[in-house]
Amino acid sequence: MSKTSPGFGNWLQSRWQSVVSGIPFIWLLLFFLAPFFIVLKISLAESIIASPPFTRLLDWSDGGLPSLKVSIDNFAYMWEDSLYVRTYLSSLKIAFISTVLCLLIGYPMAYAIIRAEGNTKYILLLLIILPFWTSFLLRVYSWMGLLADQGTLNSFLVWIGVIDRPIRLLYSQFAVYVGIVYTYLPFMILPLYANMEKLDMSLQEAAADLGAKPTAGFFTVTLPLTLPGIIAGSLLVFIPATGEFVIPDLLGGGNVLMIGRVLYSEFNANHDWPVASAVAIALVIVLVVPMMLYHKVQAAEASRES
Amino acid sequence: MNQASAYPWREAGAAPFISIKNVTKRFGNFTAVDDISLDIYKGELFGLLGGSGCGKTTLLRMLAGFETPTSGSISIDGADMTDVPPYERPVNMMFQSYALFPHMSVEKNIAYGLKRDGVPNGEVKDRVADMLSMVELTDFGKRKPRQLSGGQRQRVALARALVKRPKVLLLDEPLAALDKRLREQTQFELMNIQDRTGVTFVVVTHDQEEAMTLSTRIAVMDGGKFMQIGEPADIYENPATKYIANFIGSANLIPVTVADRQQEHLQLQHEQSNTMFDAITEQEVVAGDKTTLALRPEKILIDKAPLQECDNQIQGTVKEIAYLGKISTYRVDTTLGMTLEVTAPNQVRAAASGMGQRIEWDDEVYLGWNNHSAILLNS
Repeated sequence: MSKTSPGFGNWLQSRWQSVVSGIPFIWLLLFFLAPFFIVLKISLAESIIASPPFTRLLDWSDGGLPSLKVSIDNFAYMWEDSLYVRTYLSSLKIAFISTVLCLLIGYPMAYAIIRAEGNTKYILLLLIILPFWTSFLLRVYSWMGLLADQGTLNSFLVWIGVIDRPIRLLYSQFAVYVGIVYTYLPFMILPLYANMEKLDMSLQEAAADLGAKPTAGFFTVTLPLTLPGIIAGSLLVFIPATGEFVIPDLLGGGNVLMIGRVLYSEFNANHDWPVASAVAIALVIVLVVPMMLYHKVQAAEASRES
Repeated sequence: MNQASAYPWREAGAAPFISIKNVTKRFGNFTAVDDISLDIYKGELFGLLGGSGCGKTTLLRMLAGFETPTSGSISIDGADMTDVPPYERPVNMMFQSYALFPHMSVEKNIAYGLKRDGVPNGEVKDRVADMLSMVELTDFGKRKPRQLSGGQRQRVALARALVKRPKVLLLDEPLAALDKRLREQTQFELMNIQDRTGVTFVVVTHDQEEAMTLSTRIAVMDGGKFMQIGEPADIYENPATKYIANFIGSANLIPVTVADRQQEHLQLQHEQSNTMFDAITEQEVVAGDKTTLALRPEKILIDKAPLQECDNQIQGTVKEIAYLGKISTYRVDTTLGMTLEVTAPNQVRAAASGMGQRIEWDDEVYLGWNNHSAILLNS
């Protein structure tokens, strides 16, 4: 390398780390941070009937110095109209309950995968990842087919005689929970699996040897040691579930309040881009705390391993 | 244990503390432990010795309760333990990896077992402090295991396993993770602690030297069976088979035929070279039997002058010398047509011994041994 172009070679050699880590950094800057600021900018504008449908932040119309026009009316409006607050709370509640359900289902599953012998382990792990090979939208649509009034589940229940006539499954909170838990379960299981994989099984034996019954051993040894996996998995489910749009829209119909749907209708039905942007910015602010928590857990985990 | 004999296994009718009866353990088609029986006495430091896969760890895990025997029974202090779960056994184990809880401080690790038993807090504190002082880690109670050295972790693991005052302490390769110097020092510490606490120790090891140093008795295992059970000196001086003769120390193995027997006096013939040896043994062989004469390298004398005082003597040429400081190992091509290994202490400084006295490469030497040194092995 240094023979052909010593200058560049040396530079690359001394700087390759910053170059390699710089590329994703630039990527995020361009495609995440820049759009974020555009949305922030729109959220501070006012809605007008024009194209684009919002006022400019900097007004050059006077000539000479531009005047800055910032409005926090959109945020104030969100706070005043209880619909938005209620929707946020409802979204957080649904995301929270879904996360707990994912944890209750995913924890034993991850544990079973770890304890599986030989190839079974990898087959089970593959089954967890397999759904990702089909489009997410398609999988949600197929749940509509399963849960519909004349759908597979209802027909089956009627056929075996548990119920006389179809019950309402689709377009309910229940359907939304089914959809979210089904979709986000792998995001719970995979971090738990990665964490449990590192768990020294002799620790559980040591606990039993020292007189801990299985449940006591679980709560004093296994659970604290898998806590980083639990937190990582929970946040990976909770954060996207809060802003989920497709699942409440397709499976919840008009019966389930979630912020993703409100955002969608503000933007598309009301054409109120500034309010839609404000809703989005508020969502980011609501989720910053769990996101920072997630980052902290990851960093702690990394420093413990090194 | 003070009133009892120091060697209970030598006495007929002594009551065993741990009794293993016809225990077999199979994993699928693999038989890890094959119909073995063993009695271990109170206060013993019993060594289970063998290579990897010999079944020693499986046996230890059955004593701890992590594995259930496929057939047979295990009892400890008169109580049947065969189906008792680990958390209800009066037994504690020191794991090879130590298995210290990484999220707990040293104190909390040691207190863990007492807390599970509902021992009152004040007593827990005192007993943990006692243990910490026993393993000389009093100032390290607040540290996490990852802040300790390997030797310190080993001592925490020992303290954690002993704090509940178990009837039996199981140790799985207790010294394997330590470096050589620390290992030697720790061996004596372990023996010391065993002596003070009077707890019965069962130690699994693959290291024959470790087993020899630590144990009151050793069971040599291979293929899920006991090859020999005995006191270290007994196993070393009277190995039952070629496998043990070579596994415990090293041995020169000479194929011989018994030519004559007068009570314990034997005449052995090495047929290839038509050489006769004298041997004294109580083993049951008769004239005409083919057997193996085993000679420990340190039991053979080596000199450039004939060895008049030895009962047996052969000649040879030195082919290799390994100087190990306190001893040297010589490989000598002998008139038997075999190479024998001989070790001899270096009693005189190499530089001080005069020329012609010191044994050098290609020297013609005499090898001699007494007829009591002969070991006859069943093939």
